Amino acid sequence: MNSKQMKRARAGTLESGDVLVTIEPADSLEIKLHSPVINQFGDAIMRSVREVIDSFGVTSGTISLEDQGALDCTIRARLATAIRRSFEDEEGA
Amino acid sequence: MTRQTKIVPSLREAIRQSCLRDGMTISFHHHLREGDRVLQTVLTECSVLGLKDLTVNASALMGCHRSILDFVRDGTVSGIECNFMHAQVGQEISRGALEREVVFRSHGGRPAAMVRGESHIDVAFIAASAADAAGNCNGKQGNAAFGSIGYAMPDAEHAQYVVVVTDQLFEYPLLDASISEESVDAVVVIDSIGDPERIMSGTTRVTRDPIGLLIAEQAAKAISASGLLRDGFSFQTGAGGTSLAVAQYLGEIMREQGIVGRFASGGITGLLVDLLREGLFETLLDVQCFDREAVLSIGGDARHGEISATRYASPAAKSSVVDRLDVVILGATEIDTDFNVNVHTDSNGVIMGGSGGHSDTAAGAKLSIIVAPLMRARLPLIVDRVGTISTPGEDIDLLVTQYGLACNPRRSELSSRLERAGLPVVSIHDLKAKAESITGIPARVIHRGRPVARVVSRDGMLLDTIAMIED
Repeated sequence: MNSKQMKRARAGTLESGDVLVTIEPADSLEIKLHSPVINQFGDAIMRSVREVIDSFGVTSGTISLEDQGALDCTIRARLATAIRRSFEDEEGA
Repeated sequence: MTRQTKIVPSLREAIRQSCLRDGMTISFHHHLREGDRVLQTVLTECSVLGLKDLTVNASALMGCHRSILDFVRDGTVSGIECNFMHAQVGQEISRGALEREVVFRSHGGRPAAMVRGESHIDVAFIAASAADAAGNCNGKQGNAAFGSIGYAMPDAEHAQYVVVVTDQLFEYPLLDASISEESVDAVVVIDSIGDPERIMSGTTRVTRDPIGLLIAEQAAKAISASGLLRDGFSFQTGAGGTSLAVAQYLGEIMREQGIVGRFASGGITGLLVDLLREGLFETLLDVQCFDREAVLSIGGDARHGEISATRYASPAAKSSVVDRLDVVILGATEIDTDFNVNVHTDSNGVIMGGSGGHSDTAAGAKLSIIVAPLMRARLPLIVDRVGTISTPGEDIDLLVTQYGLACNPRRSELSSRLERAGLPVVSIHDLKAKAESITGIPARVIHRGRPVARVVSRDGMLLDTIAMIED
């Protein structure tokens, strides 16, 4: 799936309880997480991020999460949407 | 006979005359809230005079007081004691900005410590919006009026030397003096004690958040069902949006049932002033004005009385207002399954508040209620053990959240009353599990840095210590 051309894409907001996910094309895979609950949920968030990324078969790109204390379901949904958008055709976007 | 004047031409001269020396303790009150200029002005003068190692004992340190950290760095200040510390100061303290431990007390514990001799004030600097040449003063008159001066009254009584700092001098005798000339050594007139816009920060508002409103409505119903809501009822609530909403819902119930309360106490807001004017409460006992409406009311309404911190909440006083309270509404950053409440530190252990009157009113009131959302963003309210014990669980009777009410097991009679009224009573363990089913179970954050602060109970005992945060 990663053979498709990825492009820059975003999903989410910076509202409390939400997360802003940004994906940028890159040669290798890098995950950046900023979260006010990193001490309490940092590991749990990274586990979810990896699961979603794997389910889409993504192996490269810079994925940044500006978390504002989003629930797990929100993080998964925003990330999935951002990945789908990054795979959308320019015309179809 | 010649009479010596108490007017001193400058703050610097007043500090000289006070014989303030290195290592001594100076005190301040926080009624000017985010508009205060007196603390910074005094510390600047102390620094210019080369004073070192002073301890600042303030009823509270607000965000506008963050410059105290500059005076810590230049050696002027080496000790801090307060009842509340804004996050802007607390973050630095939590990172170890101060070598000595901060001493946190409560609004009642602070004057009690002075009486017991555990806390000695060498020089008190008392900001007053109106004063005369002999030091009679108040916060009710003048351009920078802030209302009640209650937290400064014990300082006037107990400090070795008392300096009244004002920006508006009235002709002797100032009538309606809250602090009397008999305890004042010097009077200094400065350009401005504070920014009136930030002192009287408009009107404090009832929350519009639907979860906050739901919690408030349930809390008001719980008060009604508790059996305490009858003629002669006494009540206290804070200025937070949800706490204010409780007062509003409670007012509706009192109006409907024709109940007249005897008094509301503590920090007073425009909402309580409205309830007074409507006749739903007969009197207000005011230790601190939270907004413009309260400041205007205390200056002009005889039913709106001013009380000292001692009379408000001191366990060393012969009696105090908190011990006559029926119900108090309080907040919490965390509460544990033993009902211990934290209002000192955030979920990462960083200082962002303090007891204020939390532990005093919880100890005094017949029914102390915590109102708080079950989670804030992803952080659950209920934990196994609070990061800092601000108020011991034995003093907390009821927790109200949007997912139900949890009674302290010590209050089984209250629990059955609430159940009979059809309120959703659940165990605090069930509430905790409910939150964690939504948020996930948070990893426990444990701090093992050196202590940066200790929390002293209103009775002068060590309640807890706060550890340094290492980034």
